[in-house]
This record gives sequence, C-alpha cells and structure tokens, in this order.
Amino acid sequence: MTDLALSPPLSRPWGRLALRWLLFTLLGVFALFYLMPLFVMVTTSLKSLEEIRTGSLIAFPREVTFEAWKTAWSGACTGIQCEGLRPYFWNSVVLAIPAVLISTFVGAMNGYVIAQWRFRGANLIFSLLLFGCFIPFQVVLLPMARMLGILGLAGSIPGLIFVHVIYGIGFTTLFFRNYYVTIPSELVKAAKVDGAGFFRIFWSIFLPLSLPIVVVTVIWQFTQIWNDFLFGVSFSQAGTQPVTVALNNIVNSTTGVKEYNVDMAAAIIAALPTLIVYVVAGKYFIRGLTAGSVKG
Amino acid sequence: MTEWLERHVPKMVLAPSFVAVLIFVYGFIIWTAWVSLTRSRLLPKYEIEGFIQYERLFASPRWDTAMSNLVVFGVLFIVIAMVLGLLLAILLDQNIRTEGALRTIYLYPMALSMIVTGTAWKWIMNPGLGIENMVRGWGFENFSFDWIIDPDMAIYAVVIAGIWQSSGFVMALFLAGLRSVDGEIIKAAQVDGIPTWRIYSAIIIPSMAPIFLSAFIVLAHLAIKSFDLVIALTGGGPGYATDLPATYMYAMAFSRGDIGQAASSAMVMMAVVFAIVVPYLYSELRAKRD
Repeated sequence: MTDLALSPPLSRPWGRLALRWLLFTLLGVFALFYLMPLFVMVTTSLKSLEEIRTGSLIAFPREVTFEAWKTAWSGACTGIQCEGLRPYFWNSVVLAIPAVLISTFVGAMNGYVIAQWRFRGANLIFSLLLFGCFIPFQVVLLPMARMLGILGLAGSIPGLIFVHVIYGIGFTTLFFRNYYVTIPSELVKAAKVDGAGFFRIFWSIFLPLSLPIVVVTVIWQFTQIWNDFLFGVSFSQAGTQPVTVALNNIVNSTTGVKEYNVDMAAAIIAALPTLIVYVVAGKYFIRGLTAGSVKG
Repeated sequence: MTEWLERHVPKMVLAPSFVAVLIFVYGFIIWTAWVSLTRSRLLPKYEIEGFIQYERLFASPRWDTAMSNLVVFGVLFIVIAMVLGLLLAILLDQNIRTEGALRTIYLYPMALSMIVTGTAWKWIMNPGLGIENMVRGWGFENFSFDWIIDPDMAIYAVVIAGIWQSSGFVMALFLAGLRSVDGEIIKAAQVDGIPTWRIYSAIIIPSMAPIFLSAFIVLAHLAIKSFDLVIALTGGGPGYATDLPATYMYAMAFSRGDIGQAASSAMVMMAVVFAIVVPYLYSELRAKRD
C-alpha cells in the first residue's frame, strides 16, 4: 500500500472533497464503460426481436423472454446444422478437461526437473521451451495440419487436445519452474540422504506444496483453451468444432433473419465457464495473468 | 542399473517435452521457412526457388493493407491501453473502499474469448440498431457512427474492442507495480511537502519502468497475434479493410489454398514478434544469470 490519497493540506477541505468526487466520478464512468457491453448482451438476449427493432440499445426489456436462450442452446444454425451451441459446448468441455490436466501434469514434472534436478543443458531446454511460448502460432499451422493428417487425428477432438497440450507445455513449465525454484534445494538433498527417489520426493514433498500453483495453472490453461479460436477453426471439422468456432458461425451465418437476441445469448453461454472461473477464483486468475506475462 | 536409472530419471522426464518442442516448434518453423521459399500453392512443394513468395507478398495490396492496419492497430491499441491502464491503476490506488469490486469490473473482459468480445461490440456498433440508433433516438437525428462498415474507419472499431478487452489487464499490472514501490520514499516525499502529482511523475512512475516494458511486450504480442477479434467483429471486412497479418495468413492457408503465401506471411509475422521479444527475453535471461 503506498497510502497516497490525493491529499492536499487539511486547510483546504473543500478542494479535497471536490477531488474525491472527481475521482469517484471517473471511476464510475470507467466502470460503466466496462460493464456496458455485458449489460447490453444480457438485456438484448432477454428481448424479443420485435422489441430489439423498435427499442433502444440500452433499454431494459419490457417483456423478459428466454426464447433466445433456448434457441441459442439447442436450435440456432451454425451453417447447415441447426442444433444450437449445445453439441459444441460439450466439444469444448471434452476437449478442455484432458488438455488442461495433461498439460498441467507435464508442466509440473518439467518444472520440478528444471528447478530442482538441474543437469547440464537443463537451462538450454528451459530457454527453448520459453521461446516456444512466444511464436505466433501461424508459423506452425500449416505443418501441424499435415502432421495431424499423418497421425490420423485431422479434424478430431483428440487432435485438438494434442495441439493444446503441445503448445501449452511452455507456459505450464514456466509456471511450475518459477514456483519450485523458490523451494530450498536442501529439501531434496535431505530427502535423497534419507533414500527417497525422484518420484517419491515429488509425490510426498513437492506435490503437497503445489496447490496454489496448480490452481493458477489450471485456470490459466482452461481460459486459454476454452477461449481458443485459431486452433479450433484450423483443426476441426463439422461436428468437432469448439464452442468459440460455433459461436462465430452462428453470428456470421448469412442465412435467414439476423437474430441478435440469439447471438447475444450464444455469446453469453460461450463466455459463462471462463466468467464463472474468473468470479470464483479471480485472485488466481490475475496471478496467472501477471505471472504469465511478466515472467514469460 | 537402478542407480543409472535414478541418475537419469530427470532427463528422461524432460525428454518427451524437449523432443516435442524440437519437432512441433522448431522443426515446424523450419518447415514453414522452407516452404516459404518454394512455389507451393495448393500443395507444398519442396524445391527451393528463392524469395518469390516474399516478392509476391510485398507486392500484394492486401498484405500492404494488413501491415498498415497492424501499425495503426498496434500503435493505438498499445498506447491507449497503457495510458488507460496506468490512469485506472493510479485512480484505484487512492484508498478506495470499493477497490476490489472496481478491479473485478475493470478486468473481467480479459476472461472472455475475443470471439465473445467481437460479437458483443459488433452488435453495439451495428449502425442500424446499435449506438447510432440509440443516440438518434435521443433526438440527435444526424448522429452517425458506422465505423464498423466504413472501410476507412473499421480498423478503429477493432481498436475500441481490443482496448475494452485488454486495458483492465494493463491496470492490474500497473497496480501491482504501484504497490511494490517503496513506501518509505513516498512518505519522505510527502513530509517534504512535494505535491502528489509530482510524487507520481517523478518518483513512482519512473520506478515502474520494468512494468512498462512488460506491458508493452504483452500488448505488442497480443496485437501481432490478433486474429479472433477481427474475425468476429468485421470478418476482415469491409472487403479486406481490416485484414491483419494473422487473418491474411489464415485466408491464404485455408480458403485461398495458397500455401506459399501463407508460409511467407507467417514468417514475416514471426520476424516481427522476434524483433520485439528476443531483445527482451535476452536481457531477462541475462539479468537472471548475473
């Protein structure tokens, strides 16, 4: 805490009060700016098309209807198929859970080795992994598409899981490495003297200490994978698309009447899982964001 | 035997990731670099022909648009998000009782997919029923806000949505930075009667230089990789007015069937990223070793 209230000398209480008001007004205006799109999305999704056409963008719905939500979930068209977001939402669930678990596990093992079992070349490997975090994925899209074809994984959900795990390793390793580096190496030495091996030390010393970083990593990976669009649109086919791709198809499908309320309901549905994670575990979310960017 | 195993277990644990990164990152980069030097079209060819793809790329008006859009988008996005993020962080640093709630509000867009953000702003900026219609409804009949369908202005619409999504994150970075400044120095300055704005401009902000650098790197990285936001908001249109290198690459790779162009544009993107990131990473890694 810097404890730096905008505080001119006490002899000018009015000036101070005015400044406080200005401060709160500004903060409020910005809060409105950030909340407005969410507000518009929610209210639009609860309106009928008729009301959208005649009413104002920021008006509350006169008559609340959940029709658009129903359509978005199970009836909206993503091209020729009209099954709503539901199947794609499940695709994203089925894809995100194993991809998050595997990449977190691999990151934990890698981080443990790099931080505590240094060997010649370990730092080089860490640097190579780190650079992998920074490449624009466009540079691997073409060969990956061919590779997935060769492996028989083209257009499949296992293929997408594979891609997310591979390109998630850099970040998960970074998270765990930076966390395990802070654990004194004497711990490993002492455990070795007592006859404990590599996995035993990980299992009974490091894993119990790891809860915070596991939470950060899981949240980070889940947000990345759930919100991914580039890999989803490049490596999926009709039926295996993740929810972001399906949302984009619903919104940008050119057939029929433009149903804005359905678009907004679909957007909220696609956003809900990560929003819930953010609201429930915001602290860890922010920690991941700052760790992933400051250090990466 | 067991002893040998015990000694080599760490290496064996790391080996799969190492091999995977060698193949799927570095091998693939080499593949893309190689193909960018060939005459590949629908299918990759492997006879090297020189820099023809790059010549085609730099002669292409669409790529030209994509690169100048990247400059416009990148500069505005980075500068405005940094200024706004710093402002919000300083405002929030004034002993606000509702700080937690406000921080949550400013930062939640970062949890959303760019596709969701694009969808929301596409609707809000829709000329027929969005902000334009709303302001006209207030009695300003001549008000016009149709950036999203105006080829000259559409890229600024992308900037607005991008800033909405990412500025809260910059705020979080700066707020953490403000909190890490040594409180003793600030108290001493206050005792000396130095006005608050001088304390910020002369003491606090200069001491946060590393955070400015981090924020810049992250934002620049986001800008260069921007793909989903454009796809959802404008689809690269009108025409290709809001194309960015990432959407150009995707169009060449997956709808135009021009692998050579896709590969060469991806290589240029990587060169841009590395020009920004490598000096930063190098200094980071060297600083750690010292």
